[in-house]
Amino acid sequence: MHHSIEVENLSYTYPDGTIALRDVSLSIEPSEKVALVGPNGAGKSTLILHLNGILSGEGKVHVCSQEVVKENLGRVRSCVGLVFQSPDDQLFSPTVFDDVAFGPLYQGLPSVEVQQRVNEALEAVHMAGYKHRVSHHLSAGEKKRIAIATVLSMRPEVLILDEPTGGLDPRSRRSLIHLLNELPLTMLASTHDMRMVREVFPRMIILDEGSVVADGPTELLMNDTSLLEAHGLEKA
Amino acid sequence: MHVHFLDPYRPRSSLIHKFDPSLKLVLTVGFILTCTLIPTGAWPIYILFFALVLSADVLSELGVGYVFKRSVLALPFVLAALPLILTVHGKTIFSLPIGPWVLSPSYPGLERFISIAIKSWLSMQTAILLAASTPFPDLLVAMRSAGVPRLLVSIFGLMWRYLFVLVDETMRLVRARAARSGKSDRPEAKTGRHLAWRARVTGGMAGNLLLRAFERSDRIYMAMVSRGYDGESRSLPLPAVRPAEWAALFASLSVLGILIFVAYSLWG
Repeated sequence: MHHSIEVENLSYTYPDGTIALRDVSLSIEPSEKVALVGPNGAGKSTLILHLNGILSGEGKVHVCSQEVVKENLGRVRSCVGLVFQSPDDQLFSPTVFDDVAFGPLYQGLPSVEVQQRVNEALEAVHMAGYKHRVSHHLSAGEKKRIAIATVLSMRPEVLILDEPTGGLDPRSRRSLIHLLNELPLTMLASTHDMRMVREVFPRMIILDEGSVVADGPTELLMNDTSLLEAHGLEKA
Repeated sequence: MHVHFLDPYRPRSSLIHKFDPSLKLVLTVGFILTCTLIPTGAWPIYILFFALVLSADVLSELGVGYVFKRSVLALPFVLAALPLILTVHGKTIFSLPIGPWVLSPSYPGLERFISIAIKSWLSMQTAILLAASTPFPDLLVAMRSAGVPRLLVSIFGLMWRYLFVLVDETMRLVRARAARSGKSDRPEAKTGRHLAWRARVTGGMAGNLLLRAFERSDRIYMAMVSRGYDGESRSLPLPAVRPAEWAALFASLSVLGILIFVAYSLWG
Protein backbone atom coordinates (compact mmCIF):
# COMPACT_ATOMS: atom_id res chain seq x y z
CA MET A 1 0.00 0.00 0.00
CA HIS A 2 1.17 3.53 -0.77
CA HIS A 3 2.01 5.66 2.25
CA SER A 4 2.76 9.35 2.02
CA ILE A 5 5.26 9.04 4.84
CA GLU A 6 6.77 5.86 6.19
CA VAL A 7 9.46 5.87 8.84
CA GLU A 8 11.00 2.61 10.01
CA ASN A 9 13.22 2.28 13.08
CA LEU A 10 14.72 5.71 12.73
CA SER A 11 17.39 6.70 15.24
CA TYR A 12 19.49 9.83 15.24
CA THR A 13 22.28 11.13 17.43
CA TYR A 14 23.58 14.69 17.08
CA PRO A 15 27.32 15.08 16.52
CA ASP A 16 27.73 16.20 20.15
CA GLY A 17 26.36 12.84 21.35
CA THR A 18 22.81 13.94 22.21
CA ILE A 19 20.39 11.18 21.27
CA ALA A 20 17.49 12.88 19.49
CA LEU A 21 15.50 9.97 18.04
CA ARG A 22 15.27 6.38 19.29
CA ASP A 23 13.86 3.75 17.02
CA VAL A 24 10.96 5.83 15.70
CA SER A 25 8.48 4.12 13.37
CA LEU A 26 5.31 5.62 11.92
CA SER A 27 3.34 5.75 8.71
CA ILE A 28 0.95 8.34 7.36
CA GLU A 29 -1.52 7.69 4.57
CA PRO A 30 -2.31 10.05 1.69
CA SER A 31 -4.57 12.99 2.72
CA GLU A 32 -4.23 12.14 6.39
CA LYS A 33 -3.67 15.07 8.78
CA VAL A 34 -1.50 14.20 11.72
CA ALA A 35 -0.24 16.27 14.63
CA LEU A 36 3.15 15.59 16.18
CA VAL A 37 3.14 16.72 19.79
CA GLY A 38 5.53 16.48 22.69
CA PRO A 39 7.54 18.66 25.05
CA ASN A 40 10.43 20.86 23.93
CA GLY A 41 13.46 18.77 23.04
CA ALA A 42 11.35 15.65 22.38
CA GLY A 43 12.83 15.31 18.87
CA LYS A 44 9.91 16.69 16.83
CA SER A 45 11.99 19.09 14.73
CA THR A 46 14.72 16.50 14.29
CA LEU A 47 12.18 14.00 13.01
CA ILE A 48 10.75 16.55 10.59
CA LEU A 49 14.18 17.36 9.18
CA HIS A 50 14.60 13.67 8.31
CA LEU A 51 11.52 13.67 6.12
CA ASN A 52 13.23 15.62 3.36
CA GLY A 53 16.74 14.45 3.96
CA ILE A 54 18.21 17.53 5.63
CA LEU A 55 19.28 15.20 8.40
CA SER A 56 19.87 11.51 7.89
CA GLY A 57 20.02 8.96 10.67
CA GLU A 58 19.93 5.20 11.01
CA GLY A 59 16.79 3.50 9.74
CA LYS A 60 14.57 3.95 6.72
CA VAL A 61 12.45 6.88 5.63
CA HIS A 62 10.13 6.72 2.61
CA VAL A 63 8.21 9.75 1.40
CA CYS A 64 5.78 9.64 -1.55
CA SER A 65 6.96 6.08 -2.33
CA GLN A 66 10.59 7.17 -2.59
CA GLU A 67 13.33 6.32 -0.19
CA VAL A 68 14.94 9.41 1.31
CA VAL A 69 18.52 8.82 0.22
CA LYS A 70 21.07 11.13 -1.35
CA GLU A 71 20.26 10.16 -4.94
CA ASN A 72 16.54 10.91 -4.47
CA LEU A 73 16.81 14.17 -2.55
CA GLY A 74 15.79 16.36 -5.49
CA ARG A 75 12.54 14.46 -6.07
CA VAL A 76 11.87 14.04 -2.37
CA ARG A 77 12.22 17.77 -1.74
CA SER A 78 9.77 18.67 -4.47
CA CYS A 79 7.18 16.28 -3.05
CA VAL A 80 7.59 17.34 0.60
CA GLY A 81 6.83 20.95 1.45
CA LEU A 82 8.55 21.85 4.69
CA VAL A 83 7.32 25.03 6.39
CA PHE A 84 9.85 26.12 9.00
CA GLN A 85 8.92 27.51 12.37
CA SER A 86 10.27 30.97 11.69
CA PRO A 87 8.95 32.43 8.43
CA ASP A 88 11.98 34.72 8.44
CA ASP A 89 14.13 31.71 7.68
CA GLN A 90 11.84 30.62 4.92
CA LEU A 91 11.52 34.00 3.21
CA PHE A 92 14.99 34.83 1.96
CA SER A 93 14.21 36.65 -1.28
CA PRO A 94 13.62 40.37 -1.84
CA THR A 95 9.93 40.09 -2.80
CA VAL A 96 7.04 37.74 -2.12
CA PHE A 97 6.99 36.76 -5.79
CA ASP A 98 10.68 35.78 -5.77
CA ASP A 99 10.17 33.67 -2.67
CA VAL A 100 7.11 31.82 -3.93
CA ALA A 101 8.73 31.35 -7.34
CA PHE A 102 11.97 29.95 -5.89
CA GLY A 103 10.91 26.27 -5.84
CA PRO A 104 9.43 26.11 -9.37
CA LEU A 105 12.28 28.20 -10.80
CA TYR A 106 14.85 25.94 -9.18
CA GLN A 107 13.13 22.96 -10.75
CA GLY A 108 13.68 24.62 -14.15
CA LEU A 109 9.99 25.01 -15.04
CA PRO A 110 9.04 27.37 -17.91
CA SER A 111 8.21 31.00 -16.94
CA VAL A 112 4.52 30.78 -17.81
CA GLU A 113 4.10 27.83 -15.51
CA VAL A 114 6.10 29.50 -12.76
CA GLN A 115 3.77 32.53 -12.96
CA GLN A 116 0.75 30.28 -12.88
CA ARG A 117 2.02 28.32 -9.88
CA VAL A 118 2.85 31.49 -7.95
CA ASN A 119 -0.66 32.87 -8.57
CA GLU A 120 -2.22 29.56 -7.61
CA ALA A 121 -0.16 29.24 -4.41
CA LEU A 122 -0.87 32.83 -3.35
CA GLU A 123 -4.56 32.37 -4.01
CA ALA A 124 -4.58 29.17 -1.97
CA VAL A 125 -3.31 31.11 1.05
CA HIS A 126 -5.58 34.10 0.27
CA MET A 127 -2.67 36.45 -0.39
CA ALA A 128 -3.13 37.08 -4.12
CA GLY A 129 -2.51 40.83 -3.85
CA TYR A 130 0.86 40.46 -2.12
CA LYS A 131 2.96 39.37 -5.10
CA HIS A 132 5.14 42.46 -5.30
CA ARG A 133 5.37 43.22 -1.61
CA VAL A 134 8.66 43.01 0.25
CA SER A 135 8.56 39.90 2.47
CA HIS A 136 10.57 41.64 5.15
CA HIS A 137 7.82 44.17 5.84
CA LEU A 138 4.88 41.79 6.30
CA SER A 139 3.21 40.99 9.63
CA ALA A 140 3.86 37.64 11.33
CA GLY A 141 0.54 36.18 10.15
CA GLU A 142 1.14 37.31 6.57
CA LYS A 143 4.67 35.94 6.60
CA LYS A 144 3.34 32.58 7.77
CA ARG A 145 0.87 32.41 4.89
CA ILE A 146 3.53 33.39 2.37
CA ALA A 147 5.84 30.76 3.86
CA ILE A 148 3.15 28.15 3.20
CA ALA A 149 2.71 29.51 -0.34
CA THR A 150 6.45 29.10 -0.98
CA VAL A 151 6.05 25.35 -0.62
CA LEU A 152 2.58 25.05 -2.20
CA SER A 153 4.06 26.44 -5.42
CA MET A 154 6.06 23.20 -5.68
CA ARG A 155 2.73 21.29 -5.64
CA PRO A 156 3.88 18.96 -2.89
CA GLU A 157 2.04 15.81 -1.87
CA VAL A 158 2.96 16.27 1.77
CA LEU A 159 2.93 19.46 3.81
CA ILE A 160 5.06 19.46 6.94
CA LEU A 161 4.71 22.32 9.39
CA ASP A 162 6.92 23.14 12.34
CA GLU A 163 4.98 25.06 15.01
CA PRO A 164 2.57 26.65 12.51
CA THR A 165 0.73 28.84 15.04
CA GLY A 166 3.76 29.94 17.06
CA GLY A 167 3.89 33.72 17.55
CA LEU A 168 0.56 34.45 15.83
CA ASP A 169 -2.17 36.67 17.25
CA PRO A 170 -5.64 35.08 17.73
CA ARG A 171 -7.01 36.37 14.41
CA SER A 172 -4.00 35.22 12.37
CA ARG A 173 -4.08 31.92 14.21
CA ARG A 174 -7.75 31.45 13.48
CA SER A 175 -7.33 32.16 9.78
CA LEU A 176 -4.34 29.82 9.61
CA ILE A 177 -6.44 27.06 11.16
CA HIS A 178 -9.09 27.67 8.48
CA LEU A 179 -6.40 27.50 5.83
CA LEU A 180 -4.98 24.21 7.15
CA ASN A 181 -8.49 22.74 7.21
CA GLU A 182 -9.01 23.80 3.60
CA LEU A 183 -5.77 22.47 2.12
CA PRO A 184 -6.32 18.99 0.70
CA LEU A 185 -2.80 17.67 1.38
CA THR A 186 -1.24 15.05 3.58
CA MET A 187 -0.17 17.03 6.62
CA LEU A 188 2.16 16.51 9.53
CA ALA A 189 2.45 19.38 11.98
CA SER A 190 4.72 19.59 14.98
CA THR A 191 2.97 21.78 17.54
CA HIS A 192 2.18 22.69 21.13
CA ASP A 193 -1.16 24.24 20.19
CA MET A 194 -3.49 21.50 21.46
CA ARG A 195 -6.63 23.41 20.58
CA MET A 196 -5.55 23.55 16.97
CA VAL A 197 -4.72 19.83 17.09
CA ARG A 198 -8.30 19.11 18.13
CA GLU A 199 -9.69 21.28 15.33
CA VAL A 200 -7.48 20.25 12.42
CA PHE A 201 -5.80 16.93 13.07
CA PRO A 202 -7.86 13.76 13.59
CA ARG A 203 -4.73 11.77 14.48
CA MET A 204 -2.06 12.58 17.01
CA ILE A 205 1.42 11.20 17.64
CA ILE A 206 3.10 11.92 20.97
CA LEU A 207 6.88 12.01 20.89
CA ASP A 208 8.93 12.20 24.08
CA GLU A 209 12.67 11.81 24.61
CA GLY A 210 13.04 10.76 21.02
CA SER A 211 10.50 7.91 21.08
CA VAL A 212 6.91 7.58 19.95
CA VAL A 213 4.95 7.10 23.19
CA ALA A 214 1.42 7.20 21.73
CA ASP A 215 -0.15 7.23 18.28
CA GLY A 216 -3.90 7.26 17.79
CA PRO A 217 -7.11 9.23 17.28
CA THR A 218 -6.86 12.75 18.73
CA GLU A 219 -10.21 12.45 20.53
CA LEU A 220 -9.09 9.33 22.34
CA LEU A 221 -5.60 10.53 23.34
CA MET A 222 -6.87 13.96 24.28
CA ASN A 223 -9.09 12.40 26.97
CA ASP A 224 -6.25 10.45 28.52
CA THR A 225 -5.25 13.17 30.97
CA SER A 226 -2.63 11.09 32.75
CA LEU A 227 -0.89 10.28 29.45
CA LEU A 228 -0.86 13.94 28.45
CA GLU A 229 0.45 15.03 31.84
CA ALA A 230 3.17 12.40 31.85
CA HIS A 231 4.54 13.92 28.65
CA GLY A 232 4.26 17.57 29.52
CA LEU A 233 1.06 18.25 27.53
CA GLU A 234 -2.24 19.83 28.40
CA LYS A 235 -5.72 18.78 27.45
CA ALA A 236 -7.47 21.25 25.16
CA MET B 1 21.01 22.98 16.44
CA HIS B 2 23.71 25.57 17.10
CA VAL B 3 27.16 26.22 15.81
CA HIS B 4 29.96 25.63 18.23
CA PHE B 5 32.70 24.86 15.77
CA LEU B 6 33.57 28.53 15.47
CA ASP B 7 34.59 28.78 19.09
CA PRO B 8 38.35 28.15 19.16
CA TYR B 9 38.47 27.45 22.91
CA ARG B 10 39.43 23.85 23.72
CA PRO B 11 39.05 23.03 27.42
CA ARG B 12 42.04 21.18 28.91
CA SER B 13 43.62 21.28 32.34
CA SER B 14 47.10 22.20 31.18
CA LEU B 15 49.55 24.66 32.69
CA ILE B 16 48.95 27.03 29.77
CA HIS B 17 45.19 26.89 30.32
CA LYS B 18 45.60 27.68 34.02
CA PHE B 19 47.95 30.60 33.41
CA ASP B 20 46.41 34.00 34.24
CA PRO B 21 44.53 35.23 31.13
CA SER B 22 45.74 38.84 31.44
CA LEU B 23 49.36 37.78 31.61
CA LYS B 24 48.81 35.37 28.75
CA LEU B 25 47.37 38.16 26.63
CA VAL B 26 50.17 40.61 27.38
CA LEU B 27 52.81 37.92 26.82
CA THR B 28 51.26 36.88 23.52
CA VAL B 29 51.12 40.44 22.27
CA GLY B 30 54.69 40.98 23.54
CA PHE B 31 55.85 37.85 21.75
CA ILE B 32 54.18 38.87 18.49
CA LEU B 33 55.68 42.35 18.77
CA THR B 34 59.14 40.89 19.42
CA CYS B 35 58.72 38.55 16.44
CA THR B 36 57.92 41.53 14.26
CA LEU B 37 60.87 43.56 15.53
CA ILE B 38 63.52 40.85 15.16
CA PRO B 39 65.61 41.76 12.09
CA THR B 40 65.65 39.77 8.85
CA GLY B 41 67.84 36.68 8.78
CA ALA B 42 68.27 36.29 12.56
CA TRP B 43 67.89 32.52 12.13
CA PRO B 44 69.13 31.42 15.59
CA ILE B 45 66.53 33.66 17.23
CA TYR B 46 63.82 32.22 14.96
CA ILE B 47 64.88 28.72 15.98
CA LEU B 48 64.78 29.72 19.63
CA PHE B 49 61.28 31.18 19.18
CA PHE B 50 60.13 28.11 17.32
CA ALA B 51 61.39 25.97 20.21
CA LEU B 52 59.50 28.20 22.66
CA VAL B 53 56.26 27.98 20.66
CA LEU B 54 56.67 24.23 20.29
CA SER B 55 57.14 23.77 24.04
CA ALA B 56 54.07 25.90 24.70
CA ASP B 57 52.11 23.78 22.17
CA VAL B 58 53.16 20.62 24.00
CA LEU B 59 52.52 22.09 27.45
CA SER B 60 49.04 23.21 26.41
CA GLU B 61 48.01 19.56 25.77
CA LEU B 62 46.31 20.72 22.56
CA GLY B 63 48.76 18.77 20.47
CA VAL B 64 51.31 20.22 18.09
CA GLY B 65 49.27 18.98 15.12
CA TYR B 66 46.21 20.97 16.20
CA VAL B 67 48.12 24.24 16.40
CA PHE B 68 50.04 23.56 13.17
CA LYS B 69 46.90 22.76 11.25
CA ARG B 70 45.22 25.97 12.34
CA SER B 71 48.31 28.04 11.68
CA VAL B 72 47.99 27.26 7.97
CA LEU B 73 45.58 30.22 8.12
CA ALA B 74 48.64 32.48 8.07
CA LEU B 75 49.62 31.29 4.60
CA PRO B 76 47.43 33.61 2.49
CA PHE B 77 48.77 36.62 4.39
CA VAL B 78 52.32 35.52 3.72
CA LEU B 79 51.56 35.69 0.00
CA ALA B 80 51.31 39.47 0.36
CA ALA B 81 55.06 39.49 1.05
CA LEU B 82 55.84 37.49 -2.10
CA PRO B 83 56.60 40.53 -4.33
CA LEU B 84 59.50 41.36 -1.98
CA ILE B 85 61.54 38.62 -3.68
CA LEU B 86 61.39 40.64 -6.89
CA THR B 87 61.49 44.19 -5.55
CA VAL B 88 64.38 44.09 -3.06
CA HIS B 89 67.69 44.94 -4.76
CA GLY B 90 70.76 42.80 -4.29
CA LYS B 91 72.52 39.78 -5.76
CA THR B 92 70.06 38.18 -8.23
CA ILE B 93 69.30 34.48 -8.19
CA PHE B 94 68.43 34.32 -11.91
CA SER B 95 66.93 36.56 -14.62
CA LEU B 96 63.85 35.67 -16.59
CA PRO B 97 62.83 37.99 -19.44
CA ILE B 98 59.02 38.09 -19.99
CA GLY B 99 58.24 40.38 -22.92
CA PRO B 100 59.46 43.88 -22.12
CA TRP B 101 60.03 43.00 -18.41
CA VAL B 102 62.82 41.08 -16.73
CA LEU B 103 62.02 39.10 -13.58
CA SER B 104 65.07 39.01 -11.35
CA PRO B 105 64.51 37.56 -7.88
CA SER B 106 67.25 38.53 -5.44
CA TYR B 107 68.89 36.73 -2.49
CA PRO B 108 68.16 39.55 0.00
CA GLY B 109 64.53 39.59 -1.23
CA LEU B 110 64.21 35.85 -0.72
CA GLU B 111 65.79 36.13 2.74
CA ARG B 112 63.33 38.83 3.72
CA PHE B 113 60.37 36.85 2.38
CA ILE B 114 61.36 33.70 4.29
CA SER B 115 61.89 35.75 7.47
CA ILE B 116 58.45 37.32 7.17
CA ALA B 117 56.88 33.92 6.49
CA ILE B 118 58.50 32.40 9.59
CA LYS B 119 57.63 35.39 11.75
CA SER B 120 53.96 35.39 10.72
CA TRP B 121 53.74 31.65 11.19
CA LEU B 122 55.18 31.88 14.72
CA SER B 123 52.90 34.82 15.60
CA MET B 124 49.88 32.96 14.28
CA GLN B 125 50.72 29.95 16.43
CA THR B 126 50.89 32.00 19.63
CA ALA B 127 47.59 33.68 18.79
CA ILE B 128 45.99 30.27 18.21
CA LEU B 129 47.43 29.02 21.46
CA LEU B 130 45.99 32.01 23.32
CA ALA B 131 42.52 31.61 21.78
CA ALA B 132 42.45 27.83 22.30
CA SER B 133 43.58 27.97 25.91
CA THR B 134 41.53 30.95 27.16
CA PRO B 135 37.72 31.17 27.19
CA PHE B 136 36.62 34.29 25.32
CA PRO B 137 34.98 35.99 28.35
CA ASP B 138 38.28 35.64 30.24
CA LEU B 139 40.04 37.15 27.25
CA LEU B 140 37.70 40.14 27.41
CA VAL B 141 38.54 40.66 31.10
CA ALA B 142 42.20 40.30 30.16
CA MET B 143 41.84 42.98 27.49
CA ARG B 144 40.35 45.34 30.04
CA SER B 145 43.09 44.75 32.57
CA ALA B 146 45.64 45.30 29.81
CA GLY B 147 44.17 48.74 29.29
CA VAL B 148 42.17 48.18 26.08
CA PRO B 149 39.39 50.87 26.04
CA ARG B 150 36.14 49.60 27.55
CA LEU B 151 34.07 50.55 24.54
CA LEU B 152 36.31 48.49 22.27
CA VAL B 153 36.14 45.55 24.68
CA SER B 154 32.34 45.72 24.78
CA ILE B 155 32.25 45.85 20.97
CA PHE B 156 34.41 42.70 20.87
CA GLY B 157 32.11 41.07 23.41
CA LEU B 158 28.92 41.88 21.51
CA MET B 159 30.50 40.83 18.23
CA TRP B 160 31.45 37.49 19.71
CA ARG B 161 28.01 36.97 21.21
CA TYR B 162 26.10 37.75 18.02
CA LEU B 163 28.50 36.18 15.57
CA PHE B 164 27.13 32.81 16.62
CA VAL B 165 23.54 34.02 16.38
CA LEU B 166 24.19 35.25 12.85
CA VAL B 167 25.91 32.06 11.78
CA ASP B 168 22.98 30.07 13.22
CA GLU B 169 20.64 32.27 11.26
CA THR B 170 22.65 31.80 8.07
CA MET B 171 22.55 28.05 8.55
CA ARG B 172 18.77 28.12 8.97
CA LEU B 173 18.42 30.19 5.77
CA VAL B 174 20.64 27.80 3.83
CA ARG B 175 18.62 24.87 5.17
CA ALA B 176 15.35 26.49 4.11
CA ARG B 177 16.75 26.97 0.62
CA ALA B 178 17.91 23.33 0.48
CA ALA B 179 14.42 22.21 1.53
CA ARG B 180 12.91 23.87 -1.53
CA SER B 181 15.65 22.94 -3.98
CA GLY B 182 13.75 20.10 -5.59
CA LYS B 183 13.85 18.32 -8.90
CA SER B 184 10.98 18.25 -11.35
CA ASP B 185 9.76 14.90 -12.64
CA ARG B 186 10.04 16.24 -16.20
CA PRO B 187 13.24 15.18 -17.85
CA GLU B 188 13.55 18.38 -19.95
CA ALA B 189 13.56 20.73 -16.94
CA LYS B 190 17.02 21.87 -15.88
CA THR B 191 17.37 21.65 -12.10
CA GLY B 192 19.02 24.66 -10.48
CA ARG B 193 18.39 26.94 -13.50
CA HIS B 194 21.61 28.86 -14.16
CA LEU B 195 24.50 30.24 -12.16
CA ALA B 196 23.44 33.90 -12.46
CA TRP B 197 19.99 33.13 -11.02
CA ARG B 198 21.46 31.13 -8.15
CA ALA B 199 23.91 33.96 -7.49
CA ARG B 200 21.00 36.40 -7.36
CA VAL B 201 19.18 34.23 -4.83
CA THR B 202 22.33 34.04 -2.70
CA GLY B 203 22.70 37.82 -3.01
CA GLY B 204 19.12 38.23 -1.79
CA MET B 205 19.91 35.99 1.18
CA ALA B 206 22.98 38.06 2.05
CA GLY B 207 20.94 41.26 1.84
CA ASN B 208 18.31 39.67 4.03
CA LEU B 209 20.87 38.75 6.66
CA LEU B 210 22.24 42.29 6.62
CA LEU B 211 18.76 43.73 7.20
CA ARG B 212 18.12 41.32 10.02
CA ALA B 213 21.47 42.02 11.65
CA PHE B 214 20.60 45.69 11.43
CA GLU B 215 17.18 45.24 12.99
CA ARG B 216 18.53 42.93 15.64
CA SER B 217 21.16 45.50 16.61
CA ASP B 218 18.33 48.00 17.12
CA ARG B 219 16.43 45.55 19.30
CA ILE B 220 19.55 44.74 21.32
CA TYR B 221 20.23 48.43 21.81
CA MET B 222 16.65 48.99 22.99
CA ALA B 223 16.96 46.06 25.39
CA MET B 224 20.18 47.61 26.72
CA VAL B 225 18.64 51.07 27.06
CA SER B 226 15.61 49.67 28.85
CA ARG B 227 17.94 48.20 31.42
CA GLY B 228 19.64 51.52 32.00
CA TYR B 229 22.41 51.62 29.40
CA ASP B 230 23.63 55.17 28.86
CA GLY B 231 26.50 54.65 26.44
CA GLU B 232 29.03 53.91 29.15
CA SER B 233 29.86 50.27 29.74
CA ARG B 234 30.41 49.34 33.34
CA SER B 235 31.74 46.16 34.77
CA LEU B 236 32.85 44.56 37.99
CA PRO B 237 36.27 45.53 39.32
CA LEU B 238 39.09 43.51 37.85
CA PRO B 239 40.72 40.71 39.82
CA ALA B 240 43.98 41.86 41.37
CA VAL B 241 47.23 40.68 39.81
CA ARG B 242 49.43 38.89 42.34
CA PRO B 243 53.04 40.01 42.90
CA ALA B 244 54.38 36.66 41.62
CA GLU B 245 52.47 37.19 38.39
CA TRP B 246 53.85 40.69 38.03
CA ALA B 247 57.32 39.25 38.50
CA ALA B 248 56.75 36.52 35.90
CA LEU B 249 55.44 39.07 33.44
CA PHE B 250 58.31 41.45 34.06
CA ALA B 251 60.87 38.66 33.68
CA SER B 252 59.37 37.35 30.42
CA LEU B 253 59.07 40.79 28.88
CA SER B 254 62.67 41.56 29.87
CA VAL B 255 63.86 38.36 28.17
CA LEU B 256 61.99 39.36 25.02
CA GLY B 257 63.57 42.86 25.23
CA ILE B 258 67.04 41.38 25.64
CA LEU B 259 66.45 39.11 22.63
CA ILE B 260 65.52 42.12 20.49
CA PHE B 261 68.70 43.87 21.66
CA VAL B 262 70.88 40.81 20.94
CA ALA B 263 69.28 40.31 17.53
CA TYR B 264 69.89 43.92 16.55
CA SER B 265 73.50 43.86 17.72
CA LEU B 266 74.26 40.68 15.74
CA TRP B 267 72.04 40.88 12.66
CA GLY B 268 70.58 44.39 12.60
